[in-house]
Amino acid sequence: MKHVEEYRRKDLVTKLARQIDAKLDRPVTLMEVCGTHTMAIHRHGLPDLLPPELKLLSGPGCPVCVTPTGFIDAAIELSQKENVTLATFGDLVRVPGSTTSLEGRKAEGADVVTVYSPLDALAAAEKRPDRNLIFLAVGFETTAPTGALVVQEARNRGLQNFAVLVGNKLVPPALRALLQDEAVKIDGFICPGHVGTIIGAKAYEPIVREFGVPCVVAGFEPVDILAAILWLVEMVVSDEPEVRNAYERVVTWEGNHAAMDCMNEVFEVEDSLWRGLGVIPASGLRLNDTYREFDAAARFDVVMHEVPDTSGCRCGDVLRGAIEPTECPLFAVRCTPESPVGPCMVSSEGTCAAFYKYRRE
Amino acid sequence: MCLAVPMKIVEREGQRGVAELEGVTREVALHFVDAQVGDYVLVHAGFAIQKVDEESALETIELFREMMAEEFPDEGRTS
Amino acid sequence: MGGDDKIILAHGSGGKLTRRLVSDTFLKKFAHPVLAELDDSARVEMGANRICFTTDSYVVKPLFFPGSDIGKLAVYGTVNDLAVMGAEPLYISCGLIIEEGLERDILERVVESMAQACEIARVSLVTGDTKVVESGGADGLFINTSGVGLLPEGNEFGVERISAGDRVIISGTIGDHAIAVLAAREDLGLKLSELKSDCAPLNHLINRVVQQFDGIKFMRDPTRGGLATVLCEIAESAPISVHIREETIPIRREVNGICEILGFDPLYLANEGKVVMVVASSIADELCDVLRSDELGKDAAVIGEVSSDSPGDVVLHTAIGGSRLVTMLAGDQLPRIC
Repeated sequence: MKHVEEYRRKDLVTKLARQIDAKLDRPVTLMEVCGTHTMAIHRHGLPDLLPPELKLLSGPGCPVCVTPTGFIDAAIELSQKENVTLATFGDLVRVPGSTTSLEGRKAEGADVVTVYSPLDALAAAEKRPDRNLIFLAVGFETTAPTGALVVQEARNRGLQNFAVLVGNKLVPPALRALLQDEAVKIDGFICPGHVGTIIGAKAYEPIVREFGVPCVVAGFEPVDILAAILWLVEMVVSDEPEVRNAYERVVTWEGNHAAMDCMNEVFEVEDSLWRGLGVIPASGLRLNDTYREFDAAARFDVVMHEVPDTSGCRCGDVLRGAIEPTECPLFAVRCTPESPVGPCMVSSEGTCAAFYKYRRE
Repeated sequence: MCLAVPMKIVEREGQRGVAELEGVTREVALHFVDAQVGDYVLVHAGFAIQKVDEESALETIELFREMMAEEFPDEGRTS
Repeated sequence: MGGDDKIILAHGSGGKLTRRLVSDTFLKKFAHPVLAELDDSARVEMGANRICFTTDSYVVKPLFFPGSDIGKLAVYGTVNDLAVMGAEPLYISCGLIIEEGLERDILERVVESMAQACEIARVSLVTGDTKVVESGGADGLFINTSGVGLLPEGNEFGVERISAGDRVIISGTIGDHAIAVLAAREDLGLKLSELKSDCAPLNHLINRVVQQFDGIKFMRDPTRGGLATVLCEIAESAPISVHIREETIPIRREVNGICEILGFDPLYLANEGKVVMVVASSIADELCDVLRSDELGKDAAVIGEVSSDSPGDVVLHTAIGGSRLVTMLAGDQLPRIC
């Protein structure tokens, strides 16, 4: 696989790991923000290759994990309305709401379909004019433009039976919120590379300027991740924090303007509730006035409530990187992949799920 | 967040195209990139979200190799 | 939560929820020691003979997909469940549940396919049943097949025979069937150029190696739940661990490609023409060569070994030099964007 296999070479990986070990002169804590990074790290068995003084925290970059319970509840309520077909990414299907999940609702007879692309949801709406097709738009800046485009298309085509429940969130405000939390100690960020293709490496610069914490935009193959870790360790040791781009083959300083323009055409920024982290200012998206007619909550008169987290569940602390999954009293006892309490366990890239599947030490 | 894979554009018509990876093809939306047949693009949720800069990719691999050769000169170049 | 008071799709995917359903509901009511073994087929005695007896239901959608169809699958699936126990498959039954409105032509094609499959596998379909249900009840067609075969003296294969030092063999590439079926579902928009389901009868291939080698300890066909599920089942039924090496696992590039696009792990994908074998170390390489000389085993490979350390674990040694645990999934994998 071109542009993939070259970055999985064992010899490069071994040497990068040794370099990291050589450069490390103190315990360093890095946060990999992105759930896809968590999965990649565990899938390839990278923790085995890293020195014990290097601690990798898993951050809140898992859109499923941070999607509030209220969003799932609202989706479930929508699924009970007349003639509704819910179209969702596979990631959301098993996330627990207050009483059940989309998978549970499907077992009760709700029409829930899994899609790989928002365009498939749009196509489904066109194919079945008798159904109200509601697309669940979650994801960060990588995914938001794709949702924005289908809303534009729906408007252009005059589709009456298509609506979107918006739950998209933004990454940089979350990084800021994490650094403002005194309980959390992070020496550097492995920044999400695919979000970076959209917002550009420059989007992480304010973090470096304001907090003096180095940021490296990283790709998702083993060589990409280790190179990013190496550069972060170097910057921590030399105390010269900057934004560096280790994923130049797809991330530019400026980002993807066409994608960002589309996002800005359709969405506006609002304060948003992140599960486990509370409300983070200017961290979420909603449809703007021009496109408000496509908002599923408004059209079907459904309200997203703020739902308190399950007692004992420490997903919030896990997402903040404050504790390891094993420090949560429910981990592997009451909360397991087949009966998850919180989304950190449901999402295949959630910190707890990754830990349970791959480590469990 | 964000599973995306590099795929090669094999067909293009306006803002829709067909991309290929390991013999698998899929329709891909090209609204966000200016890509031609033969280009590699990063595909996420059915959309191309960026072109893969081939030159930059080669440079990065070269850079890694040089880094490694520098630090471990007795082990020779990794090629 | 879905799954507590209602049956959900995940209960049928062969992973953790299926197993829990079996132990909580079925084993409680049907307390026979043979059932409790939960092998691919049951070993029972009838008079002077030992026979193997198995049943399986086929609910695949779409009914036709590259390389196979529900009928072929139904015959070979049952043949294979007998073959991996070391039995000679002889007779099968077939129960059809047909949805009202199914095109007659489709039924004819499925039955023709089943007839051909029986001939290739050299089994006889000797009894059957047909029911028709209302529209919406069966996705077109459901098939159940049961099968019996003779278990020769001396053919004792089972987890209890596995010991540390044994090696693990897979007879070919993984995930072909699951991906062929997935690609045939139009809603994902994925097109394959060459990949077909690997659906095939394994009894002739297995017979060859069973005749030639002592030292085969255990065999299973990694259907739903995939290779990973079989290995997990092995590791938890004896005080042993299983270690496999990522770069030795045979996988076709199209399967790899789709897994990367959708975020699937190929270890959990279903196979319908492959067998996992655990064999004594001394015969592993030669046995693998014999498999490779057969069309159905041409990509066979030794992929790992059994160890006595960290019992219960299945460890994947990754291509870049790391390692991770392989555990059972709760339900089927779903395409993800993250």
